[in-house]
Amino acid sequence: MQHVKVFAEHYNYVITIFLMVAGLYVVIARGNMIKKLIGLGLFQTSVYLLYLTPAKIIGGSAPIIDPAVKVYSNPLPHVLILTAIVVGVATLALGLALVVRIEESYGTIEEDEIFGKENDE
Amino acid sequence: MKSLEAHLPALQVVVPLLGAILSAFLRRGRSAWALALVVSWIMPVIAVMLTLKVLANGPISYHLGGWAPPFGIEYRIDLLSAFVLVLVSGVGAAIMPFARVSVAHEIEGDKQVWYYTMYLLCLTGLLGITITGDAFNIFVFLEVSALSTYVLIALGKDRRALLAAYQYLIVGTIGATFYVIGVGLIYLVTGSLNIVDIAARLSDPAIYQARPVLAALAFITVGISLKLALFPLHVWLPGAYTHAPSMATAFLAGTATKVAIYVMIRYFFSVFGVAISFKTLPISEVLVVLSVAAMFIASLIAVFEKNLNRMLAYSSLGQVGYITLGIALANVDGLTGAIVHLLNHAVMKTALFMVMGALVYRLAATDISSIGGIGRRMPLTMLVFVIGGMALIGVPGTAGFVSKWYLAVGAYERGWWPLVFLILASSLIAVVYVGRVVEAAWFREPSEAVAKAQDPPLSMLVPMLVLAIATIYLGIDTEASAGLARKAAEALIGGMK
Repeated sequence: MQHVKVFAEHYNYVITIFLMVAGLYVVIARGNMIKKLIGLGLFQTSVYLLYLTPAKIIGGSAPIIDPAVKVYSNPLPHVLILTAIVVGVATLALGLALVVRIEESYGTIEEDEIFGKENDE
Repeated sequence: MKSLEAHLPALQVVVPLLGAILSAFLRRGRSAWALALVVSWIMPVIAVMLTLKVLANGPISYHLGGWAPPFGIEYRIDLLSAFVLVLVSGVGAAIMPFARVSVAHEIEGDKQVWYYTMYLLCLTGLLGITITGDAFNIFVFLEVSALSTYVLIALGKDRRALLAAYQYLIVGTIGATFYVIGVGLIYLVTGSLNIVDIAARLSDPAIYQARPVLAALAFITVGISLKLALFPLHVWLPGAYTHAPSMATAFLAGTATKVAIYVMIRYFFSVFGVAISFKTLPISEVLVVLSVAAMFIASLIAVFEKNLNRMLAYSSLGQVGYITLGIALANVDGLTGAIVHLLNHAVMKTALFMVMGALVYRLAATDISSIGGIGRRMPLTMLVFVIGGMALIGVPGTAGFVSKWYLAVGAYERGWWPLVFLILASSLIAVVYVGRVVEAAWFREPSEAVAKAQDPPLSMLVPMLVLAIATIYLGIDTEASAGLARKAAEALIGGMK
């Protein structure tokens, strides 16, 4: 019963860590360059959750000063993650652009096939 | 003029950033080059002015937008960051005259503008990482420099450059994300992102023994180790250095890994402090083992490498090993050796990769089989290679000797005297891989292509010679380099808890 309670109280952290590990696994295990980028995106997204989860304070209001409100949520992590999302989008866009160019010059986006071609030459 | 002087820290980052934006609007590669040259030459002026101010009045704290720390973003320059600022901007300034001919030769006309734009963005990022005093700001600049680096590498002529850029993108992003996870955990524990403020809050024993702090230390160490290519995490580096345009390789070899090492020193000594970094986790022991592995294994791979670019890349990995060894020693001499080797290695490796750029320009090849007899056709170019190579070995009278001397003293002081022999033994491996090139360049009959080659134009030759002279100068007059490094090391160790 104890474990169920801990899980229920921290389920968002469990999801965060599951996404983190799953994303990293996909990056390492997959040979397809697009799938690798999907894994990378998953991995980065999990970090957004890691920042945002503790920023929400139960019963807290949006951080707009008002005499009626006593407890506010922390706005800073949201702002940080806004920046991180922009960085993530740029990384993904650049990664996909590189994959397009690789497909054009090698004719494939499977890593083992590309390394096979390089070793033949 | 007076008001401008107060804003020097911001200008150090804003000038190259604006330069990058302006450069994107230009049409011709030549004008983009001129703009990048002007910006690159302003940078060391600002960096040296800041250094002099730090030497005279102690650390500078600049409040961006007038918001006071710990709430606003602070630019903080102490001796260590001033040292790295001079190093990065100096390498950038030395390389720009070389760039015009080399880039025009290797990159298609319409892409040159974008190449210089990316170079200026990369410079912005590297200087930003060094100057900022905010943990999350470091991440942003880390990504600015990394994203532009991927593009620089992908602009290489060979299609393998695309592959190298993609691999670096994957590894670099994982490294940066690990870093953000670490910063996030620190923020959860301390509630601050300002580096000075975090350090003050972490000094409470009740806080620094908390498990999230240790996890943060582990995440940041691994993330930054990926960026600085510590031995088993180095796979991205040889490909990237081999296939990137020559000028990009020379610039990155001198600056990118050095700035990552700066971040590592900053976290180990300023943020966490020696007490947390080296006593709660066995980081010192792990770093020593990995550094020694890098010194030997990477150097041995360099001995058997046929492509000279790749050989120098592996030699860089070995040299990074010396620097991390100095960090792991965690005493003043060891850290002095590490910091001064940042500069010394940057100077010699940039010169060596410029030689590769000159070989690409004249021969279109950097294989050891195709440079037979080149020493007689391109005497000055190969002279630079010999000087740089001797510095890699650590011959007395060159810059490499100074750093290795401090490392050896530091290892002895720490009581790890077998390391002294390992440092000497690994230097002997460098004799083999440098000697192999010297043998090929002077003692073989020139082939037809080599017989037609000659020293590159002056705009390429002069920067190489300047760096070669600097390599010797830094080996003889150590007052400016090692003296400053020692002061920085004392400040870092002295601040330990």
